[in-house]
Order: sequence, then C-alpha cells, then structure tokens
Amino acid sequence: MPIADWFKARDERRYTPVSGSNIKADVPEGVWSKCDACKRTIYEGDLDEAGRVCPHCGHHFPLTAAQRIELLVDEGSFAEFDAGLTSLDPLEFSAVKPYAASLERAQANTGMNEAILTGRAMLGGHQVVIAAMDFRFVGASMGSAVGEKITRALEVALAENRAAIIVTASGGARMQEGILSLMQMAKTSAAVARLADAGLPYVSILTNPTMGGVTASFAVLADVVLAEPGARIGFAGPRIIEQTIRQKLPKGFQSAESMLDHGMLDDVVPRAELAGRLSLVLDYLMSTPEGGDGS
Amino acid sequence: MSRKYVMEFERPLVELEEQLVALRRLNLTDNPDLMVEVSALASEIDRLRHETYEHLTPWARVQIARHPDRPKVQDYLAALFTDVVELHGDRLHGDDEAIVTALATLGNRRVVVLGHRKGSNTKENIKRNFGSPHPDGFRKAMRAMRLADKFGLPVVSFLDTKGAHPGIDAEERGQAWAIAESLALLSELRVPIVAVGIGEGGSGGALAIGLGDHLIMLENSYYSVISPEACASILYKDSTRAADVAGSLKMTAADLLRLGISDETVPEPIGGAHHDAEAIFSEVKKRILAAVDSLAAHDADELVEKRYRRLRAIGVFEEGA
Repeated sequence: MPIADWFKARDERRYTPVSGSNIKADVPEGVWSKCDACKRTIYEGDLDEAGRVCPHCGHHFPLTAAQRIELLVDEGSFAEFDAGLTSLDPLEFSAVKPYAASLERAQANTGMNEAILTGRAMLGGHQVVIAAMDFRFVGASMGSAVGEKITRALEVALAENRAAIIVTASGGARMQEGILSLMQMAKTSAAVARLADAGLPYVSILTNPTMGGVTASFAVLADVVLAEPGARIGFAGPRIIEQTIRQKLPKGFQSAESMLDHGMLDDVVPRAELAGRLSLVLDYLMSTPEGGDGS
Repeated sequence: MSRKYVMEFERPLVELEEQLVALRRLNLTDNPDLMVEVSALASEIDRLRHETYEHLTPWARVQIARHPDRPKVQDYLAALFTDVVELHGDRLHGDDEAIVTALATLGNRRVVVLGHRKGSNTKENIKRNFGSPHPDGFRKAMRAMRLADKFGLPVVSFLDTKGAHPGIDAEERGQAWAIAESLALLSELRVPIVAVGIGEGGSGGALAIGLGDHLIMLENSYYSVISPEACASILYKDSTRAADVAGSLKMTAADLLRLGISDETVPEPIGGAHHDAEAIFSEVKKRILAAVDSLAAHDADELVEKRYRRLRAIGVFEEGA
C-alpha cells in the first residue's frame, strides 16, 4: 500500500473497529501540530498525508496501534483476536493512584481494552499474525494481559504456520502488576523460542520508546529486528542511568541509530519504507519454493 | 567485623541490647536491685525482639535481604557444594564477576551453578559491581547454561541482585538483548532448573538467571519487577519513599508463594539468615536436592513442556466479550 493511502484505508477498514483510535480526536481544532524535533508548525492534513512523519525534519510522530497495523498490513486484511482480554488489578495496587483507575482512564481515552492489538492479517501476500502496542495505554507497559495477548499471538502463528510481526512501543513491565508483569517477560520469551523451533519467522519493529522488560524479552528476540528512526531503545531508563553513574549521557544515547552502530539492530527503517521492507524480508523467510514448502 | 551493621528497623532493639551488655559488665552479685533490673531488661528485649521480627514489614525484609552479612552465593558454594570448578568469561568481551558460573557437586548430584555474586567486602563489591551484572555476565551465564544442556547437568541458580547494571556500556553492549536471550535459552533447557532466591531479586537482572522449574525463596529474600526505590522515584518522584511502595509491589517470599510464583519458602532464624547461616545452608541443600530429584524423574521433553505450562499459567486477566 502506498504510504499516502494509509490513512484513507482507515476509513475503509474491515477489522474490528476501535473507537477513539483516530488520533485527530486528540488534536485541538484548527489542526496544526508542532514538531517535537524541529519545532516547526505542520498542517495536520500534511502530517497525516506523510504517515505522521514531519515533512520538514523527518521526525516520526507516535502512531496508535490501529494506525500501525493499517500502515503495515495488506488493505483490509486485519482481523483482531482476543479483543476483549482485559487487565485486572491482582495486587490491588494503589500507591499514589489506584491502578484500577489508571486502567479505566486508559480505556476511556483509547477505546481499547488493553495496550496492544493482536490479530491475523496478510502482509505482502504472506499470512501473518501481527501485534502492535499503543503507548497511550499506560505507556503500553506489559502486565498480565499484554503478556498473554503476545503469547497467544505467537501461539496462533505457531499453530497456523504464520509469520509473527510485532510492533513495540513500551515503557517496560507494568509495575502495578508487580512480579506477575516481570514473569510476562519469561512467558513471552518462551513463546518466541517455540516459534523459532518451528522455523517460523518473527520480525519485530521497535518504535519510540521501547524500554525495560519489553526490550529485554520478546522485542529483541526476533529473527530480524528493525527500528524506526529516532526511537529510544534500551533497558534502563536514562534517568536511572544518570543517577547511577553520575554522568551526563552522550548525545544520541539509546537512539535507534546508536543501537544500530553498536550492532544491536538489523536496520533503522523510515516509516514510509517499513511495509515494503517487511514484505521483502518475509519473501525471504517465508516462501521456500525449491524446498517444496511454498505454502 | 569491627562494627556491627544495624538495620534501620532493628535500631531500638539494638540499643536495648547494648544497654544490657553494659549492665552485665558491672559486678552484679552484690547488687540484687541491679540484677532485677537486668532480668527485666532482658525480658523487655525478648518482647521487643518478637514484636520487631514477628511482623516484619516488607521494607524490613528488604533491609534483611540486603544485609551485608547475609550469606551470599560464594558462601553457599563453599558450604553446600564440593569439587567446585569455577568457569570464567563470556568469550565475547570479558569476565563479569557479578555473575559466578561453576561446575559443582551437591550431595550425589553433579550440577551447574549460576549466581549473582556480590562482594563479601567493599573491595570485592567494587570488583563485582555490587552484584549487578553487565551483559557480559548474562552471556557468561548462557555459556554455562549451554554446557549444562549439552552434558545433562541440572542447573542450580542463586538469585541475589539489585538488578542488571544500568550504565552506558551495559546498554551499548545490549543489556536487554542479553537478558532476553537468556530467558529464551532457559525456557528450553533440557535439564532441571532450580532457582533459589537468597537475597535480592531485582527485576530482569534476577529473572535472566531465575527462569526455571522450581523456585525456592528464603523467607526474607524478595523478588520484584522493580526496586522499591525506583518505583518510589517514579510514583512519588522521591526514592526515599521506598518503604511506602515495598508493600504495594507484593515482593516478599510470602507474596510470591501466594501468587503462585514460588514453590516453597525456607524459614529464616529470627532476624535473618545471617544469624544462623549453617542452619540455612543445610535446609537449602536439602530442598534443592529434593527439587532436583523430583524434576529429574521427568524426561527432557516433559520437563520443557512442564516449564512452558508453568510460565504459560502466570497472569491474571479477564477474558471479556
């Protein structure tokens, strides 16, 4: 799908509608946005036209999970599963503000039940399972529900011989679910290992920000790990690092570009090229005509 | 040790104990009044000791878990195991001393030991980065895991870290990658894995060598998604409010057992494991051996499937419409 059409497809989507996923609803009328990076003012229509990438400096604005999926999959092919899966508050966590209230607010603000969308789709003609995280929902942190949805998505891929595509954006494990969140790192990593054993491809796309327990589990275990330009990618947060080592962090530290330089990523790919790159990678990893398993 | 280390929560008790010691230095035999006072003080100390230790707050347990005299992995290695062969280095970058890996014999079992290694003194702690591994440490652990898998040796892992090191070099060498790969590797290891929480269980850095088939927690050890200080710093913008969040995080051994994350709790002597390390060593040894024996009854496929089911079951959520 050409990048200019990606938002048009949104109006024609056939998958489970997600109310509140329209980012325009969050923008005041008058519809001008200011770029966080170059501080220039951009007409909302132009921003949408460009896949929410600043036409002046190339800064990548955040996308909702629904927008992510539309951007990447073959038009109209996405069918969500586990849409009703919802977090509970098993620890009755209430330091500062009750977790239950944070969840309710996130649900009201995003129209989503949890911080991730998962489903079946076609991508460049390949059968995939795709998952996309939505940073607006409690920082897309991984608690029980997010961990479960990712694990189930990987299990569907395994059962149905599909490739797995996961677009990450997350502050890390969800501290309000304590040790249960930590263990989702183990659970999701184990599910990735099983998919790998079956020889099915998994490609991850790390977007801004991908941190903590999400980076340190399923996100970087993919066969091919891509990132969007400028995304912050790391384990420990910059503030914690500064406090620990009592030094200023170098410019560009934990940026996708820096992680690429350090050999931790396969490539940094501008948003407009992501769908094409994914499709090409799947062409290599999915179809094996000579092997007689062309599906 | 020249000066006794006093934890914040036991300070009132320690002050009374010091008074008692001072009184007992006096000649009591010809002073019956003083003898009465001494015995009253002694019983007051007993009462306060029970009050202090019988209802330890989660924050008090965190302090015990961090006590400098608390038995560390090197103490367990020396006390429980024989014929220890330490293995060094990750074959990529260095030898991270915050992680120890070794071949060792436990009773009738030959095993691979993994552990977070804190120092027994300041000099050691600096060399070992206070038990907070860099990626090199996790990659060293992965070498030992592969060795265990290749030669069919059960893994016994001792958890005791504040967390993976947060630093520039650690990030640039792929801290997150090292932890993730370790998790994936452990999840499919074809040998029994028994983990023992002996002190601090700080987040991903603990989990990276803690994923396994059976988790034994010492009564005052903790295991948490985030340190109480970091949690307080996020929620209250004030890391000194750690005591307030330690309870909310449900990170104690009792919490873990209740949440189905751990399998058993080893009771500690009053005041903590450091008061009777020998008793802890023999109990921990017994329990590790029992766990390994029971796991070794499964063949490798069953073991890996059972481990997956165990992880698969963790999480509390609602299915919805």
